[in-house]
Amino acid sequence: MQRFRTVATRAVTIAFDDIDTDQIIPARYLTTVDRAGLGGHLFHDWRYRGDGEPTPEFALNRAEAEGARLLIAGRNFGCGSSREHAVWALMDHGFDAVIAPSFADIFRKNALRNGLLPIRVEGEMYTACLEEAASRAIFTVDLKNNVVTTPARTIPFRIDPFARNCLLEGLDELSYILRHDDAISAFETSNPSGSSIIPPRPARGGH
Amino acid sequence: MPANRPRTLYDKIWDSHVVTEGEGGVSLLYVDLHLVHEVTSPQAFSGLRRRGLKVRARDRTLATADHVTPTRSLNIAAAGELAAKQLRSLEENCEEFGIRLYTMGHEYRGIVHVIGPELGLTQPGQMIVCGDSHTSTHGAFGALAFGIGTTEVEYVLASQCLLERKMGNLRVECEGRLRPGVTSKDLILALISKIGVDGGVGHVIEYAGPAIRGLSMESRMTICNMSIEAGARAGLISPDDTTFEYVAGREFAPTGAEWDRALDRWRTLPSDPGAPFDKTVSLDVSGLEPFISFGTNPSMAIPIRSRIPDPAAIADAVEREQVVRALKYMDLGAGEPVIDQKIDVVFIGSCTNARIEDMREAARIFRGRTVSEGVRALVVPGSEQVRREAESEGLDQVFTEAGAEWRLPGCSMCLGMNGDHLAPGQRSVSTSNRNFEGRQGPGGRTMLGSPLTAAAAAVTGRVTDPRDLLRV
Repeated sequence: MQRFRTVATRAVTIAFDDIDTDQIIPARYLTTVDRAGLGGHLFHDWRYRGDGEPTPEFALNRAEAEGARLLIAGRNFGCGSSREHAVWALMDHGFDAVIAPSFADIFRKNALRNGLLPIRVEGEMYTACLEEAASRAIFTVDLKNNVVTTPARTIPFRIDPFARNCLLEGLDELSYILRHDDAISAFETSNPSGSSIIPPRPARGGH
Repeated sequence: MPANRPRTLYDKIWDSHVVTEGEGGVSLLYVDLHLVHEVTSPQAFSGLRRRGLKVRARDRTLATADHVTPTRSLNIAAAGELAAKQLRSLEENCEEFGIRLYTMGHEYRGIVHVIGPELGLTQPGQMIVCGDSHTSTHGAFGALAFGIGTTEVEYVLASQCLLERKMGNLRVECEGRLRPGVTSKDLILALISKIGVDGGVGHVIEYAGPAIRGLSMESRMTICNMSIEAGARAGLISPDDTTFEYVAGREFAPTGAEWDRALDRWRTLPSDPGAPFDKTVSLDVSGLEPFISFGTNPSMAIPIRSRIPDPAAIADAVEREQVVRALKYMDLGAGEPVIDQKIDVVFIGSCTNARIEDMREAARIFRGRTVSEGVRALVVPGSEQVRREAESEGLDQVFTEAGAEWRLPGCSMCLGMNGDHLAPGQRSVSTSNRNFEGRQGPGGRTMLGSPLTAAAAAVTGRVTDPRDLLRV
């Protein structure tokens, strides 16, 4: 995973509550075996009409959205399907962070594991973010100091310290998990749920 | 901690799966069962290959093909070029890494959350994960089961473990007893409409109370399945004799002395009296009517004999705007009765409602009736086993004689990845779990209901109270 670096950017606002991952990336674009290349389908059915032409009023299609790396969304962002493709599509499009009053649990975890920063901002501070975005302010997202700053405001945010450390260091959780190999083996020996469930088939090619 | 502190079912499963307590409240948990399917796994296998890692516990990993599989033919080419490539990729990955796979043509293939339980893989007290949000289904057995993203699929393949922070614990107390013609699907839609699509965020739900105790395992699975639609990654039900009777004798269930030991362990799982919950919600189900959704998320659901909400009567501006948008998308009129709204398609299937009991419920309505002119009705069993059982009971005949299409198992029109989808503007009544915009196809309009409600709509061509056809 790439280290999360401080970013200064304008913001795009799609401030609906409960934006589900089917809107972020419709299921028909999940028939891929790669992570890359999903940005073109981001918010596809809101972004394009049935005939494939862009929907002019949709936030991502407006001229001011060009190059924005921060998305401001409504409450419970990323609800529904667990598809990590939603995070890949947002990042492939160029987003580094999302500000919302709350996030769906699976989306938040997926985002953190890919380096897309989910920033929870509520109440007056959230309203302020919407206003600043509308006035095309530059937002600086600074994970080192846990703040988003605009010319007018400093907005502190909280984030899981373990995830924060992984993001700042560009650390992969799997490397951390695999360091506990002995503990995992010890657990397997004494697992109360039994030792094995499915008779395995042989692996091919040296795995 | 003191040994005698009363614990919830969630506490007990959590405690028994902690490999190590990590830094800052993050624990490493062991996964007993990892279910894999074609859509969310290819990038995880690529990751393993890149890192030179193998699958740690092949005896705890099972793959099936379900999301993009064709339902008219066993030939994977029938689902389209990209879908076929994804299915071939799953076959190659499972062969290379040594994972048991139920692919097209296998007698046990089916929707991942249908086959786990029916094969006896899903057992009380387990920790189960899958790259699919409806993994919550398995919680009906008193297993801690939740959906994960593809990066975590890779972690579990490599290590059989996940880093987790403990969630809150929400108890949903269901009083009373469902009336005839009212199902567990109606119960869960009623609950989601009450607590909202984010009512369970940050929590694991435990469903309890006499209304839950009286339900079959299949009905319980429908409830736990839709926990994620209330924002909860996992839904749990304490195991009881109904659970044990369901598991006993299934393909991968323990046998002999192992069964006795398992049973002793499983009986200790239910939440202790007085165990603390972070939140409790009560729902009296005695007066419940069949529920149907009118909007574009599962909380926008109402009793079938009531009227579609009028946004003008909604005080909260954000919620009002959401309903305005939803009604416009659904092409439904504010304040109109939901009953008699015209529909084009009926889909009976999905991990929510495609088990044998759902097929039997649908057949109760279809028997001796015909699908309304101009309506297309699809009945898609959840697995090959469900298909065979339904056919041995003659249910397929009931469906096809009524004019419905009897298809091969798969996720099908729940998410429309395999070629089964709504045309723009079509309205469906569907037994699936999500009525999001475009979920069943771009521009498609989904109304969620039980198998009874869906079948009733198929034969009348309109939203219909199934109790009128059942004469209950």
